[in-house]
Amino acid sequence: MEPSLARYIWTHTKKQQLWILMIVVLSMIPYFMSFDLPKLIVNGPIQGGGFEQPGATQPFMRLHYNLPFIGEVQFFSGFQLDRKETLFALSVVFLLLVIINGLFKLYINTYKGRLGERMLRRIRFDLVDRVLRFPPVYFKRVKSAEVATMVKDEVEPLGGFIGDAFVQPVLLGGQALTAMLFIMVQNLWLGMIAAVIVGIQIVLIPRMRRRLIVLGRERQLTARALSGRVGEIVDGIGAVHVHDTSNYERADIAARLGLIFKIRFDLYQWKFMVKFLNNFLAQVTPFLFYMIGGYLVIQGRLDVGQLVAVIGAYKDLPGPMKELIDWDQARQDVQVKYQQVVEQFTAEDLIAPRIGALTIDDPAPMTNPLSAINLSMADDGGAMLLDRISLQVKPGETVALVSTTTGGAEALAEAFARLNRPDSGRVASGADDLLELPEAVTGRRMSYASSDVFLFQASLRDNLLYGLKHAPLTSMTYDGAAADQRRWSIDEARRSGNPELDIHSDWINYASAGATGPHDLFEAVRRVLDAVVLSRDILDLGLRSSADLTRHTELARRIVELRAALRTRLEHEGLSGLVAPFEPGAYNKEATIGQNLLFGAAAGPELADRALAANPYFASVLKQAGLDRTFYEMGMEIAEQAIELFADLPPDHQFFQQLAFMSAEEIPAYESLLQRLKNRPYEAVSENDRAMIITLSFTYIEPRHRFGLLSDELMSKIVAARNRFYENLPPELQNAVERYDPAKYIAAATVMDNVLFGRVGTNHPDAPDRIRSIVYDILDELGLYAELLDVGLDFNVGSGGRRLTGGQRQKLDVARALIKRPDFLILNRPLSALDQRMQDKVLRNVLEEARRDGHSPAIVWVVTNPAMAMMFDRVIVFDSGRLVEDGTHETLLAGSGIFKELLS
Amino acid sequence: MLLKDEVGMLQRVPLFSAIEPTKLKLLAFTSDRVSYSAGQILFRQGDEGDAAYVILSGRADILVDSDSGPIKVAELESNSIVGEIAILCNSSRTATVRAASPLEALRIRKDHFLRLMREFPEMTIEILRVLADRLSHTTADLIDARSAK
Repeated sequence: MEPSLARYIWTHTKKQQLWILMIVVLSMIPYFMSFDLPKLIVNGPIQGGGFEQPGATQPFMRLHYNLPFIGEVQFFSGFQLDRKETLFALSVVFLLLVIINGLFKLYINTYKGRLGERMLRRIRFDLVDRVLRFPPVYFKRVKSAEVATMVKDEVEPLGGFIGDAFVQPVLLGGQALTAMLFIMVQNLWLGMIAAVIVGIQIVLIPRMRRRLIVLGRERQLTARALSGRVGEIVDGIGAVHVHDTSNYERADIAARLGLIFKIRFDLYQWKFMVKFLNNFLAQVTPFLFYMIGGYLVIQGRLDVGQLVAVIGAYKDLPGPMKELIDWDQARQDVQVKYQQVVEQFTAEDLIAPRIGALTIDDPAPMTNPLSAINLSMADDGGAMLLDRISLQVKPGETVALVSTTTGGAEALAEAFARLNRPDSGRVASGADDLLELPEAVTGRRMSYASSDVFLFQASLRDNLLYGLKHAPLTSMTYDGAAADQRRWSIDEARRSGNPELDIHSDWINYASAGATGPHDLFEAVRRVLDAVVLSRDILDLGLRSSADLTRHTELARRIVELRAALRTRLEHEGLSGLVAPFEPGAYNKEATIGQNLLFGAAAGPELADRALAANPYFASVLKQAGLDRTFYEMGMEIAEQAIELFADLPPDHQFFQQLAFMSAEEIPAYESLLQRLKNRPYEAVSENDRAMIITLSFTYIEPRHRFGLLSDELMSKIVAARNRFYENLPPELQNAVERYDPAKYIAAATVMDNVLFGRVGTNHPDAPDRIRSIVYDILDELGLYAELLDVGLDFNVGSGGRRLTGGQRQKLDVARALIKRPDFLILNRPLSALDQRMQDKVLRNVLEEARRDGHSPAIVWVVTNPAMAMMFDRVIVFDSGRLVEDGTHETLLAGSGIFKELLS
Repeated sequence: MLLKDEVGMLQRVPLFSAIEPTKLKLLAFTSDRVSYSAGQILFRQGDEGDAAYVILSGRADILVDSDSGPIKVAELESNSIVGEIAILCNSSRTATVRAASPLEALRIRKDHFLRLMREFPEMTIEILRVLADRLSHTTADLIDARSAK
């Protein structure tokens, strides 16, 4: 990148800079005119200059010029106006000039601001673009949070400076020079004094600022390191807690903050010191004027008028000077920041732009063998991982790489995946150096998965299809406002040197997954998920999440059919007892009292959980039904029982998991509440306390808690209250609850709850598992299996995929590599988090799936267990960075080499 | 059956007889009440042991797999506890338990059971006593079987 900020700005904005300079110069004309005008108004109409005779008139807007050689030329003789009229006319001109000046200022500021923002956008994009082109080794040394803070924070002040980069010094310098010149003209000696002082300022102040620059750089580096450390703490929070090192981290952060404080305080001290000196020098000049000028006047070598004029002119000098010095400080500040960032973003061996160039059309398949030629790889410490290996993988061949712990097979896989560069020798596809091939070829015709998985914080679907998003394949058409918006964003992107690629286009390369479009992509998705044995996990996720009804319409449409099928099936298998269905006119014994009362899913916070009992409308319904007192008494009973059972237990006791009514932390609060309310009549209890107690009864399930609190009469009363609740539901609560309706899908509930439309009985320990497998069966029978899988694919995997287990992440990574249908599939111990049985199963499935439909990709698999090598055409064994055996499984088994040793 | 009745039942189980009723109530509350119809399996031989069962009502058969199919080795009456060995040894189930009539039981989860043992030495000693008792019976049976050969 361009090391000098000034040149970087000039290269990209010279036209705009010149334009704005011109505008600024132009704006000076009305600006100076508005200085002159007050004098005209005061001297003319107000004091009566030129209007000495009553009825006298003066020409207004007379245009006449003295042209050289021609003499006076009059373009317009002007209007003749009397004194009052002239006053109004001149005042209106003054107003006009105020408006024009204001508009100029507005235009200039907006223009400068926009210029700065565009440059900021350009710099940020350039930086991220460089990140995308850094060689792999760079990323072993930088912390992601530091890079992020450079892109985000450190270049931010540049935006504000860029607009002023050239205009400000020209303008202020001009003003200062004019004032200086004026003084010189008045009196050479006084002018010399002023010039000497300004000279001292110009020489001394930047010198003192050097220390400021050093401090500024330190401040930037320490702040960046701080954000790197904070990022590290967040990423490694598990390690911090596991090792009880949180106080070590506290000490480290406190030490860093202390250092930052010291630097910043130093910076302040210097800054104000420089400011003081600067002000002092500016003030010392008038002192010299008074003393020396006064002396000259006394001596009679200078007249008083000149001295006054000089002092008056000097007043105009410090303003621009000060601003100029401020500008210079900003320039240095920004220059330091810029240089710092550029230094960090300068790396040798950047990936050439052509390697990552956008390619729309799919490249031809890789039909040449993949080979390593005299390949040596070393780790960062210089230890040899691979020592002059030569081998060739033919298209369509399946190869198991077996390795002792120091074997180096992983390094070979990483070299093939271009994740590390060879120290000597090369990797090649046919005659081409693999590193010279564009990513459009290697990223589409080869794929790679390893045990070190990275997932983006997005849905499972987005992560799975990530490997297909190489280029925007459809050109989107926009209408109306959206079209304007698109035009605007293309235009702006161009002006800031950003690409015009449309993120909203369809980036998924369906053909590479063996599909023709969005409608049949799902088949491919399902096959790869089945192959890596991940479908079941995703179905489970789907069952537990609520479906997005705009996308999954089929589930909602066929919900009645689904529910009926489940009932029939359960009856057929004699399992009806497992589920207590919701029926509008009946009490559901397996559901809580609260669920029975509400008989719907809370869709907002108003009626959810604890808020239910406190809701005024709900409370009024209970009162009308005569249930408020019953529930209060029930709640008191539950509170007593719960406290009797749990009060002695430490709050972290695992039994608390069983206590649905309250959390361990709430026990003391309820204990004192109980004490207070025990002998108080119901009427004397406050609304708040009532709600606190009543809410306890809402979580009660008779068969589970077995306190014996529910009678038949109470149950029918609850059902009556339920109906009353819905009869007069006020409009503001209409959207807060979705009533259970056997014929309707409940958007706020999970898919499982929707299909069940009831509660699983508590007294059958294996009921949930049995019901889940029955539900899967039914979904499959009704052709809704795919829909549920699709619901599961909406699951957001969390930061770095941490909401999935390690095994699930690895499976997803393999699926992502597989769905691309590559010519070369490189798998580097991809399933290390799984047990051996599961690894074998996935291995078999993957080999089969990769070769489906007559495809025959080459598969290079670094296996975790030598026994897995049996499934491959060819086995290559590595030991201590050397290739020691190479042959079919049978021949190696028949020999007596390391492979046989590893197997035994 | 309500919680308080279950506490009465638990008191009649020798293992729990020495524990005070409030603690038994806690045990009952934190356990799952489960019911089985005749012929249903509580757990199978070879499964992982995750819970012990106290039979509240009904009967169950203890079956052991053999080459000629399952053999019934014992019968469980109400107020007896079953499945505690697999919990204690972290081993898999040594036998299958099948309901012989409609059966009501309390299912005590492994972690809860171990926690109770840690907190109530009386109970632990009682369990030791029962186990030692069984061991001496088994030894006696073994001697009988050897001498009968």
